[in-house]
Amino acid sequence: MTRTLGWAQTWAGVVVVLALAELASRTEVLPSRYFPPISQTFLTLVGQLGRGSFWAAVGHTLEGWALGLGFAALLAIPVGVAIGTSRLRYRACRVLIEFLRPIPSVALIPLAILIYGVGLESKVFLATFAAFWPLMIQTLYGMQDIDPVAVDTARVFGLRRSERLTKVVLPSAVPYVATGLRISSTVALILAVTAELVIGSAGLGREINAARAGGATELMYALTIVTGLIGWGLNGLFTRAERRVLRWHPSQRTVEGGAL
Amino acid sequence: MRNPLRRVLLILLEVAVPAAVVAAWWVWSANADSFYFPPLAEILRTFADTWVFERVGNDVVPSLVRLGAGFAIAVAVSIPLGTVLGLSTVVRRVSEPIIEFVRAIPPPALLPFAILVLGVGDTMKIFIIAVVCLWPVLLNTIDGVRGVDHTMLETARVYRVRGLERLRRVVWPAALPQIFAGMRTSLSLALILMVISEMVASTRGIGYFVLQSQRSFDIPEMWTGILLLGLLGYLLNAGFALVERRVLRWHRGARASALQ
Repeated sequence: MTRTLGWAQTWAGVVVVLALAELASRTEVLPSRYFPPISQTFLTLVGQLGRGSFWAAVGHTLEGWALGLGFAALLAIPVGVAIGTSRLRYRACRVLIEFLRPIPSVALIPLAILIYGVGLESKVFLATFAAFWPLMIQTLYGMQDIDPVAVDTARVFGLRRSERLTKVVLPSAVPYVATGLRISSTVALILAVTAELVIGSAGLGREINAARAGGATELMYALTIVTGLIGWGLNGLFTRAERRVLRWHPSQRTVEGGAL
Repeated sequence: MRNPLRRVLLILLEVAVPAAVVAAWWVWSANADSFYFPPLAEILRTFADTWVFERVGNDVVPSLVRLGAGFAIAVAVSIPLGTVLGLSTVVRRVSEPIIEFVRAIPPPALLPFAILVLGVGDTMKIFIIAVVCLWPVLLNTIDGVRGVDHTMLETARVYRVRGLERLRRVVWPAALPQIFAGMRTSLSLALILMVISEMVASTRGIGYFVLQSQRSFDIPEMWTGILLLGLLGYLLNAGFALVERRVLRWHRGARASALQ
Protein backbone atom coordinates (compact mmCIF):
# COMPACT_ATOMS: atom_id res chain seq x y z
CA MET A 1 0.00 0.00 0.00
CA THR A 2 2.72 2.47 0.96
CA ARG A 3 4.62 1.30 -2.07
CA THR A 4 1.74 2.13 -4.37
CA LEU A 5 1.50 5.50 -2.70
CA GLY A 6 5.20 6.06 -3.33
CA TRP A 7 4.84 5.24 -7.00
CA ALA A 8 1.81 7.47 -7.29
CA GLN A 9 3.73 10.38 -5.78
CA THR A 10 6.70 9.76 -8.04
CA TRP A 11 4.67 9.72 -11.21
CA ALA A 12 2.43 12.55 -10.08
CA GLY A 13 5.55 14.70 -9.88
CA VAL A 14 6.55 13.87 -13.45
CA VAL A 15 3.06 14.46 -14.81
CA VAL A 16 2.65 17.77 -13.01
CA VAL A 17 6.00 19.10 -14.21
CA LEU A 18 5.32 18.07 -17.81
CA ALA A 19 1.84 19.60 -17.67
CA LEU A 20 3.17 22.85 -16.22
CA ALA A 21 5.85 23.02 -18.91
CA GLU A 22 3.24 22.47 -21.60
CA LEU A 23 0.95 25.09 -20.11
CA ALA A 24 3.73 27.63 -19.72
CA SER A 25 4.66 27.40 -23.40
CA ARG A 26 1.07 27.35 -24.63
CA THR A 27 0.24 30.47 -22.68
CA GLU A 28 3.52 32.12 -23.66
CA VAL A 29 4.58 32.50 -20.04
CA LEU A 30 7.74 30.94 -21.40
CA PRO A 31 8.13 32.33 -24.93
CA SER A 32 7.35 29.42 -27.24
CA ARG A 33 9.99 30.57 -29.67
CA TYR A 34 12.55 29.39 -27.15
CA PHE A 35 10.46 26.87 -25.27
CA PRO A 36 8.24 24.95 -27.65
CA PRO A 37 5.44 22.96 -25.98
CA ILE A 38 6.83 19.75 -24.53
CA SER A 39 4.27 17.69 -26.46
CA GLN A 40 5.71 18.92 -29.74
CA THR A 41 9.19 18.10 -28.59
CA PHE A 42 8.06 14.56 -27.86
CA LEU A 43 6.36 14.32 -31.26
CA THR A 44 9.62 15.42 -32.89
CA LEU A 45 11.45 12.84 -30.84
CA VAL A 46 9.09 10.08 -31.97
CA GLY A 47 9.49 11.28 -35.56
CA GLN A 48 13.26 10.98 -35.22
CA LEU A 49 13.01 7.36 -34.18
CA GLY A 50 12.23 6.36 -37.74
CA ARG A 51 15.22 8.14 -39.23
CA GLY A 52 18.51 6.56 -40.13
CA SER A 53 20.46 9.76 -39.53
CA PHE A 54 19.22 9.89 -35.95
CA TRP A 55 20.35 6.35 -35.20
CA ALA A 56 23.65 7.05 -36.92
CA ALA A 57 24.23 9.99 -34.57
CA VAL A 58 23.33 7.86 -31.56
CA GLY A 59 25.68 5.20 -32.84
CA HIS A 60 28.56 7.65 -33.26
CA THR A 61 28.12 8.97 -29.74
CA LEU A 62 27.95 5.48 -28.27
CA GLU A 63 30.97 4.44 -30.33
CA GLY A 64 33.04 7.26 -28.83
CA TRP A 65 31.77 6.39 -25.36
CA ALA A 66 32.49 2.67 -25.69
CA LEU A 67 35.97 3.05 -27.17
CA GLY A 68 36.89 5.75 -24.66
CA LEU A 69 35.71 3.72 -21.70
CA GLY A 70 37.28 0.56 -23.11
CA PHE A 71 40.72 2.08 -23.61
CA ALA A 72 40.50 3.78 -20.23
CA ALA A 73 39.71 0.44 -18.57
CA LEU A 74 42.55 -1.32 -20.41
CA LEU A 75 44.99 1.32 -19.22
CA ALA A 76 43.68 2.41 -15.84
CA ILE A 77 43.10 -0.94 -14.13
CA PRO A 78 46.58 -2.39 -14.81
CA VAL A 79 48.24 0.92 -13.96
CA GLY A 80 46.20 1.18 -10.77
CA VAL A 81 47.11 -2.37 -9.78
CA ALA A 82 50.78 -1.82 -10.61
CA ILE A 83 51.03 1.39 -8.60
CA GLY A 84 48.81 0.18 -5.80
CA THR A 85 50.72 -3.00 -5.05
CA SER A 86 54.08 -1.41 -4.32
CA ARG A 87 54.86 1.32 -1.88
CA LEU A 88 57.90 2.25 -3.93
CA ARG A 89 55.93 2.71 -7.14
CA TYR A 90 53.14 4.47 -5.28
CA ARG A 91 55.47 7.04 -3.78
CA ALA A 92 57.25 7.51 -7.10
CA CYS A 93 54.02 8.30 -8.95
CA ARG A 94 52.04 10.13 -6.27
CA VAL A 95 53.16 13.66 -7.08
CA LEU A 96 52.74 13.10 -10.80
CA ILE A 97 49.20 11.84 -10.29
CA GLU A 98 48.35 14.77 -8.03
CA PHE A 99 49.47 17.16 -10.76
CA LEU A 100 47.99 15.40 -13.77
CA ARG A 101 44.62 14.47 -12.35
CA PRO A 102 43.14 17.97 -11.89
CA ILE A 103 44.01 19.03 -15.45
CA PRO A 104 40.64 19.62 -17.04
CA SER A 105 40.47 17.14 -19.90
CA VAL A 106 38.86 19.72 -22.15
CA ALA A 107 42.06 21.77 -22.04
CA LEU A 108 43.48 19.08 -24.31
CA ILE A 109 40.87 19.67 -27.03
CA PRO A 110 43.16 21.87 -29.16
CA LEU A 111 45.96 19.35 -28.87
CA ALA A 112 43.60 16.55 -29.86
CA ILE A 113 42.50 18.49 -32.94
CA LEU A 114 46.11 19.10 -33.93
CA ILE A 115 47.21 15.52 -33.59
CA TYR A 116 44.08 13.52 -34.39
CA GLY A 117 41.98 15.87 -36.49
CA VAL A 118 38.25 16.32 -36.00
CA GLY A 119 37.05 12.74 -36.29
CA LEU A 120 36.47 9.77 -34.04
CA GLU A 121 40.08 9.58 -32.88
CA SER A 122 39.97 12.95 -31.15
CA LYS A 123 36.77 12.01 -29.41
CA VAL A 124 38.18 8.71 -28.20
CA PHE A 125 41.41 10.33 -27.07
CA LEU A 126 39.55 12.88 -24.93
CA ALA A 127 37.11 10.35 -23.53
CA THR A 128 39.96 7.98 -22.69
CA PHE A 129 42.01 10.65 -20.97
CA ALA A 130 39.10 11.85 -18.87
CA ALA A 131 37.76 8.40 -18.00
CA PHE A 132 41.22 7.12 -17.08
CA TRP A 133 41.55 9.10 -13.85
CA PRO A 134 38.48 8.15 -11.83
CA LEU A 135 38.99 4.49 -12.66
CA MET A 136 42.70 4.52 -11.89
CA ILE A 137 42.16 6.32 -8.59
CA GLN A 138 39.38 3.92 -7.60
CA THR A 139 41.59 0.94 -8.43
CA LEU A 140 44.35 2.49 -6.37
CA TYR A 141 42.01 2.94 -3.40
CA GLY A 142 40.86 -0.64 -3.81
CA MET A 143 44.43 -1.88 -3.61
CA GLN A 144 44.87 -0.07 -0.33
CA ASP A 145 41.70 -1.21 1.36
CA ILE A 146 42.36 -4.90 1.74
CA ASP A 147 41.61 -6.84 4.86
CA PRO A 148 45.06 -7.46 6.39
CA VAL A 149 43.78 -10.65 8.03
CA ALA A 150 42.91 -12.08 4.61
CA VAL A 151 46.37 -11.29 3.28
CA ASP A 152 48.08 -12.73 6.33
CA THR A 153 45.92 -15.85 6.15
CA ALA A 154 46.88 -16.33 2.52
CA ARG A 155 50.49 -15.90 3.46
CA VAL A 156 50.25 -18.45 6.26
CA PHE A 157 48.77 -20.96 3.84
CA GLY A 158 51.83 -20.47 1.67
CA LEU A 159 50.24 -18.68 -1.27
CA ARG A 160 52.84 -17.11 -3.47
CA ARG A 161 52.84 -13.40 -4.24
CA SER A 162 51.16 -13.82 -7.60
CA GLU A 163 48.52 -16.12 -6.09
CA ARG A 164 47.83 -13.66 -3.30
CA LEU A 165 47.30 -11.00 -5.94
CA THR A 166 44.79 -12.99 -7.97
CA LYS A 167 43.02 -14.75 -5.09
CA VAL A 168 42.89 -12.09 -2.38
CA VAL A 169 43.89 -8.62 -3.51
CA LEU A 170 42.11 -8.37 -6.84
CA PRO A 171 38.76 -9.83 -5.73
CA SER A 172 38.60 -7.52 -2.76
CA ALA A 173 39.29 -4.52 -5.01
CA VAL A 174 36.45 -5.39 -7.39
CA PRO A 175 33.85 -3.13 -5.71
CA TYR A 176 36.13 -0.13 -6.10
CA VAL A 177 36.80 -0.95 -9.73
CA ALA A 178 33.07 -1.36 -10.36
CA THR A 179 32.36 2.06 -8.86
CA GLY A 180 35.22 3.50 -10.90
CA LEU A 181 33.77 2.01 -14.07
CA ARG A 182 30.41 3.58 -13.40
CA ILE A 183 31.90 7.03 -12.80
CA SER A 184 34.17 6.69 -15.82
CA SER A 185 31.25 5.67 -18.00
CA THR A 186 29.50 8.95 -17.19
CA VAL A 187 32.70 10.88 -17.81
CA ALA A 188 33.36 9.17 -21.14
CA LEU A 189 29.85 10.04 -22.33
CA ILE A 190 30.31 13.68 -21.29
CA LEU A 191 33.57 13.94 -23.17
CA ALA A 192 32.15 12.22 -26.26
CA VAL A 193 29.34 14.78 -26.41
CA THR A 194 31.77 17.61 -25.71
CA ALA A 195 34.00 16.55 -28.59
CA GLU A 196 31.01 16.44 -30.90
CA LEU A 197 29.91 19.86 -29.78
CA VAL A 198 33.23 21.68 -29.76
CA ILE A 199 35.24 19.87 -32.40
CA GLY A 200 32.33 18.81 -34.56
CA SER A 201 32.92 15.05 -34.61
CA ALA A 202 29.88 13.16 -35.83
CA GLY A 203 27.32 12.38 -33.16
CA LEU A 204 24.47 13.73 -31.04
CA GLY A 205 26.44 16.72 -29.73
CA ARG A 206 27.01 18.02 -33.26
CA GLU A 207 23.37 17.39 -34.20
CA ILE A 208 22.12 19.32 -31.16
CA ASN A 209 24.28 22.30 -32.02
CA ALA A 210 23.27 22.10 -35.68
CA ALA A 211 19.60 22.03 -34.68
CA ARG A 212 20.08 25.16 -32.60
CA ALA A 213 21.96 26.96 -35.36
CA GLY A 214 19.29 25.97 -37.89
CA GLY A 215 16.46 27.16 -35.69
CA ALA A 216 15.02 23.66 -35.24
CA THR A 217 14.24 24.27 -31.60
CA GLU A 218 12.05 21.20 -31.06
CA LEU A 219 14.72 18.98 -32.55
CA MET A 220 17.34 20.54 -30.30
CA TYR A 221 15.26 19.75 -27.22
CA ALA A 222 14.40 16.30 -28.49
CA LEU A 223 18.04 15.38 -29.02
CA THR A 224 19.05 16.85 -25.66
CA ILE A 225 16.43 14.61 -24.07
CA VAL A 226 17.93 11.66 -25.93
CA THR A 227 21.39 12.33 -24.50
CA GLY A 228 19.78 12.44 -21.07
CA LEU A 229 18.06 9.12 -21.68
CA ILE A 230 21.35 7.58 -22.82
CA GLY A 231 23.15 8.89 -19.75
CA TRP A 232 20.38 7.68 -17.48
CA GLY A 233 20.24 4.29 -19.18
CA LEU A 234 23.98 3.70 -19.03
CA ASN A 235 24.12 4.71 -15.40
CA GLY A 236 21.25 2.37 -14.57
CA LEU A 237 22.95 -0.43 -16.47
CA PHE A 238 26.17 -0.04 -14.55
CA THR A 239 24.41 0.24 -11.21
CA ARG A 240 22.52 -2.97 -11.85
CA ALA A 241 25.57 -4.79 -13.14
CA GLU A 242 27.45 -3.65 -10.06
CA ARG A 243 24.76 -5.00 -7.78
CA ARG A 244 24.61 -8.30 -9.60
CA VAL A 245 28.35 -8.87 -9.82
CA LEU A 246 28.92 -7.87 -6.21
CA ARG A 247 26.07 -9.70 -4.58
CA TRP A 248 28.63 -11.75 -2.69
CA HIS A 249 30.39 -8.72 -1.33
CA PRO A 250 29.50 -7.78 2.25
CA SER A 251 30.12 -4.10 1.87
CA GLN A 252 27.71 -2.95 -0.80
CA ARG A 253 28.72 0.57 -0.11
CA THR A 254 26.81 3.54 -1.38
CA VAL A 255 29.05 5.90 -3.25
CA GLU A 256 27.85 9.09 -4.76
CA GLY A 257 28.22 9.11 -8.49
CA GLY A 258 30.74 11.81 -9.15
CA ALA A 259 31.39 13.21 -12.56
CA LEU A 260 33.92 15.28 -14.31
CA MET B 1 58.90 1.61 7.01
CA ARG B 2 60.57 2.41 10.32
CA ASN B 3 63.98 2.41 8.74
CA PRO B 4 64.88 6.13 8.51
CA LEU B 5 67.21 5.59 5.56
CA ARG B 6 64.39 4.02 3.61
CA ARG B 7 62.13 6.93 4.44
CA VAL B 8 64.63 9.43 3.13
CA LEU B 9 65.00 7.36 -0.01
CA LEU B 10 61.24 7.34 -0.55
CA ILE B 11 61.02 11.10 -0.18
CA LEU B 12 63.91 11.53 -2.61
CA LEU B 13 62.12 9.24 -5.03
CA GLU B 14 58.99 11.32 -4.70
CA VAL B 15 60.90 14.41 -5.80
CA ALA B 16 63.16 12.72 -8.30
CA VAL B 17 60.57 11.02 -10.46
CA PRO B 18 58.54 14.13 -11.36
CA ALA B 19 61.80 16.03 -11.88
CA ALA B 20 62.99 13.30 -14.20
CA VAL B 21 59.75 13.42 -16.18
CA VAL B 22 60.04 17.19 -16.65
CA ALA B 23 63.70 16.85 -17.58
CA ALA B 24 62.86 14.13 -20.09
CA TRP B 25 60.20 16.35 -21.68
CA TRP B 26 62.68 19.22 -21.77
CA VAL B 27 65.43 17.22 -23.48
CA TRP B 28 63.11 15.34 -25.81
CA SER B 29 61.22 18.41 -26.98
CA ALA B 30 64.44 20.40 -27.46
CA ASN B 31 65.66 17.79 -29.93
CA ALA B 32 62.37 16.57 -31.36
CA ASP B 33 61.98 19.45 -33.82
CA SER B 34 58.26 18.64 -33.90
CA PHE B 35 55.76 21.26 -34.93
CA TYR B 36 53.16 20.05 -32.44
CA PHE B 37 55.54 19.68 -29.52
CA PRO B 38 57.71 22.79 -29.33
CA PRO B 39 60.66 22.81 -26.91
CA LEU B 40 59.57 23.12 -23.30
CA ALA B 41 61.98 26.02 -22.89
CA GLU B 42 60.12 27.90 -25.61
CA ILE B 43 56.75 27.11 -24.04
CA LEU B 44 57.90 28.50 -20.71
CA ARG B 45 59.31 31.62 -22.35
CA THR B 46 56.04 32.14 -24.20
CA PHE B 47 54.16 31.49 -20.98
CA ALA B 48 55.96 34.36 -19.29
CA ASP B 49 55.38 36.63 -22.29
CA THR B 50 51.72 35.75 -22.62
CA TRP B 51 50.40 35.45 -19.11
CA VAL B 52 52.65 37.66 -16.98
CA PHE B 53 50.59 39.79 -16.91
CA GLU B 54 49.51 40.87 -20.31
CA ARG B 55 46.46 38.72 -20.86
CA VAL B 56 45.44 38.39 -17.23
CA GLY B 57 42.87 41.18 -17.35
CA ASN B 58 41.54 40.14 -20.71
CA ASP B 59 41.27 36.39 -20.34
CA VAL B 60 42.05 35.09 -16.87
CA VAL B 61 39.91 37.48 -14.84
CA PRO B 62 36.73 37.08 -16.93
CA SER B 63 37.14 33.31 -16.84
CA LEU B 64 37.58 33.22 -13.08
CA VAL B 65 34.69 35.61 -12.48
CA ARG B 66 32.35 33.35 -14.47
CA LEU B 67 33.61 30.31 -12.66
CA GLY B 68 33.21 31.92 -9.26
CA ALA B 69 29.76 33.31 -9.98
CA GLY B 70 28.43 30.02 -11.38
CA PHE B 71 29.83 28.03 -8.50
CA ALA B 72 28.50 30.45 -5.88
CA ILE B 73 25.01 30.46 -7.39
CA ALA B 74 24.97 26.67 -7.51
CA VAL B 75 25.95 26.40 -3.85
CA ALA B 76 23.50 29.09 -2.78
CA VAL B 77 20.62 27.36 -4.55
CA SER B 78 21.39 23.74 -3.86
CA ILE B 79 22.00 23.83 -0.11
CA PRO B 80 18.53 25.20 0.80
CA LEU B 81 16.89 23.08 -1.91
CA GLY B 82 18.78 19.99 -0.83
CA THR B 83 17.80 20.63 2.79
CA VAL B 84 14.10 20.73 1.88
CA LEU B 85 14.42 17.62 -0.26
CA GLY B 86 16.40 15.85 2.43
CA LEU B 87 13.89 16.61 5.16
CA SER B 88 10.70 15.81 3.27
CA THR B 89 10.13 12.33 1.91
CA VAL B 90 7.13 13.42 -0.12
CA VAL B 91 8.89 16.29 -1.88
CA ARG B 92 11.84 14.04 -2.54
CA ARG B 93 9.72 11.30 -4.04
CA VAL B 94 7.84 13.72 -6.23
CA SER B 95 10.95 15.35 -7.63
CA GLU B 96 13.21 12.31 -7.82
CA PRO B 97 12.59 11.19 -11.42
CA ILE B 98 12.99 14.74 -12.72
CA ILE B 99 16.24 15.23 -10.85
CA GLU B 100 17.56 11.84 -11.92
CA PHE B 101 16.81 12.60 -15.52
CA VAL B 102 18.09 16.15 -15.78
CA ARG B 103 21.21 15.12 -13.94
CA ALA B 104 21.85 12.37 -16.47
CA ILE B 105 22.05 14.79 -19.38
CA PRO B 106 25.73 15.25 -20.23
CA PRO B 107 26.26 18.89 -19.21
CA PRO B 108 27.76 20.09 -22.49
CA ALA B 109 24.59 18.96 -24.26
CA LEU B 110 22.78 21.77 -22.42
CA LEU B 111 25.06 24.35 -23.99
CA PRO B 112 23.05 24.82 -27.21
CA PHE B 113 19.94 25.28 -25.07
CA ALA B 114 21.69 27.91 -22.97
CA ILE B 115 22.95 29.73 -26.07
CA LEU B 116 19.48 29.69 -27.59
CA VAL B 117 17.77 31.12 -24.54
CA LEU B 118 20.44 33.38 -23.06
CA GLY B 119 22.64 34.30 -26.00
CA VAL B 120 26.41 34.04 -25.97
CA GLY B 121 27.24 36.48 -23.18
CA ASP B 122 28.43 36.03 -19.62
CA THR B 123 24.92 35.18 -18.41
CA MET B 124 24.89 32.04 -20.52
CA LYS B 125 28.28 30.94 -19.27
CA ILE B 126 27.45 31.57 -15.64
CA PHE B 127 24.13 29.79 -16.09
CA ILE B 128 25.69 26.68 -17.60
CA ILE B 129 28.37 26.54 -14.91
CA ALA B 130 25.73 26.96 -12.19
CA VAL B 131 23.45 24.27 -13.64
CA VAL B 132 26.27 21.78 -13.84
CA CYS B 133 27.60 22.51 -10.36
CA LEU B 134 24.13 22.23 -8.90
CA TRP B 135 23.79 18.44 -8.99
CA PRO B 136 26.74 17.20 -6.98
CA VAL B 137 26.07 19.71 -4.19
CA LEU B 138 22.32 19.08 -4.27
CA LEU B 139 22.58 15.30 -4.14
CA ASN B 140 25.21 15.37 -1.43
CA THR B 141 23.16 17.83 0.62
CA ILE B 142 20.12 15.55 0.34
CA ASP B 143 22.18 12.53 1.40
CA GLY B 144 23.87 14.46 4.16
CA VAL B 145 20.62 15.81 5.57
CA ARG B 146 18.98 12.39 5.36
CA GLY B 147 21.91 10.81 7.11
CA VAL B 148 21.75 12.96 10.24
CA ASP B 149 21.90 10.79 13.32
CA HIS B 150 18.40 10.16 14.64
CA THR B 151 19.51 10.37 18.24
CA MET B 152 20.73 13.90 17.56
CA LEU B 153 17.45 14.88 15.95
CA GLU B 154 15.47 13.44 18.81
CA THR B 155 17.70 15.07 21.39
CA ALA B 156 17.14 18.37 19.60
CA ARG B 157 13.42 17.75 19.74
CA VAL B 158 13.50 17.01 23.44
CA TYR B 159 15.28 20.30 24.05
CA ARG B 160 12.79 22.03 21.76
CA VAL B 161 15.37 23.18 19.28
CA ARG B 162 13.24 24.01 16.29
CA GLY B 163 13.12 25.64 12.90
CA LEU B 164 16.15 27.56 11.73
CA GLU B 165 17.90 26.90 15.02
CA ARG B 166 17.61 23.18 14.44
CA LEU B 167 19.01 23.52 10.91
CA ARG B 168 21.89 25.70 12.00
CA ARG B 169 22.93 23.76 15.05
CA VAL B 170 22.10 20.17 14.21
CA VAL B 171 21.29 19.41 10.59
CA TRP B 172 23.78 21.49 8.64
CA PRO B 173 26.84 20.78 10.76
CA ALA B 174 26.11 17.07 10.50
CA ALA B 175 25.65 17.26 6.75
CA LEU B 176 28.57 19.59 6.12
CA PRO B 177 31.30 17.01 5.38
CA GLN B 178 29.17 15.53 2.66
CA ILE B 179 28.16 18.94 1.29
CA PHE B 180 31.85 19.73 0.99
CA ALA B 181 32.46 16.51 -0.90
CA GLY B 182 29.82 17.64 -3.38
CA MET B 183 31.30 21.10 -3.63
CA ARG B 184 34.69 19.65 -4.43
CA THR B 185 33.28 17.63 -7.33
CA SER B 186 31.41 20.72 -8.48
CA LEU B 187 34.50 22.86 -8.51
CA SER B 188 36.30 20.68 -11.02
CA LEU B 189 33.13 20.52 -13.11
CA ALA B 190 32.94 24.32 -13.01
CA LEU B 191 36.41 24.60 -14.51
CA ILE B 192 35.56 22.14 -17.27
CA LEU B 193 32.34 23.89 -18.23
CA MET B 194 34.07 27.26 -18.06
CA VAL B 195 36.52 26.04 -20.69
CA ILE B 196 33.88 24.41 -22.89
CA SER B 197 31.56 27.41 -22.83
CA GLU B 198 34.43 29.69 -23.77
CA MET B 199 35.45 27.40 -26.59
CA VAL B 200 31.99 27.32 -28.12
CA ALA B 201 30.97 30.94 -27.89
CA SER B 202 33.30 33.62 -26.68
CA THR B 203 35.77 36.30 -27.60
CA ARG B 204 37.58 36.32 -24.27
CA GLY B 205 38.65 33.82 -21.71
CA ILE B 206 41.25 31.11 -21.36
CA GLY B 207 39.23 28.49 -23.25
CA TYR B 208 38.81 30.90 -26.13
CA PHE B 209 42.52 31.71 -26.10
CA VAL B 210 43.59 28.06 -26.23
CA LEU B 211 41.32 27.14 -29.11
CA GLN B 212 42.10 30.33 -31.01
CA SER B 213 45.84 29.71 -30.66
CA GLN B 214 45.38 26.24 -32.11
CA ARG B 215 43.33 27.59 -35.01
CA SER B 216 45.96 30.13 -35.90
CA PHE B 217 48.70 27.54 -35.36
CA ASP B 218 50.37 29.45 -32.53
CA ILE B 219 51.43 26.17 -31.01
CA PRO B 220 53.60 27.44 -28.12
CA GLU B 221 50.76 29.80 -27.12
CA MET B 222 48.33 26.91 -27.19
CA TRP B 223 50.61 24.93 -24.90
CA THR B 224 50.85 27.81 -22.45
CA GLY B 225 47.07 27.87 -22.27
CA ILE B 226 46.93 24.14 -21.56
CA LEU B 227 49.61 24.60 -18.93
CA LEU B 228 47.70 27.46 -17.35
CA LEU B 229 44.48 25.45 -17.21
CA GLY B 230 46.31 22.54 -15.63
CA LEU B 231 47.82 24.91 -13.10
CA LEU B 232 44.41 26.44 -12.36
CA GLY B 233 42.89 23.00 -11.88
CA TYR B 234 45.63 22.08 -9.45
CA LEU B 235 45.45 25.35 -7.51
CA LEU B 236 41.65 25.33 -7.24
CA ASN B 237 41.72 21.77 -6.00
CA ALA B 238 44.50 22.43 -3.51
CA GLY B 239 42.90 25.68 -2.33
CA PHE B 240 39.59 24.01 -1.79
CA ALA B 241 41.21 21.16 0.13
CA LEU B 242 42.76 23.77 2.40
CA VAL B 243 39.43 25.49 3.06
CA GLU B 244 37.74 22.16 3.60
CA ARG B 245 40.33 21.04 6.11
CA ARG B 246 39.99 24.28 8.02
CA VAL B 247 36.20 24.37 8.06
CA LEU B 248 35.88 20.71 8.91
CA ARG B 249 38.67 20.63 11.43
CA TRP B 250 36.25 19.50 14.09
CA HIS B 251 35.21 16.56 11.99
CA ARG B 252 37.37 13.54 12.56
CA GLY B 253 36.69 11.82 9.27
CA ALA B 254 37.90 14.80 7.32
CA ARG B 255 41.49 14.26 8.31
CA ALA B 256 41.65 10.78 6.86
CA SER B 257 40.04 11.85 3.60
CA ALA B 258 42.23 14.92 3.25
CA LEU B 259 45.18 12.57 2.78
CA GLN B 260 43.90 11.58 -0.62
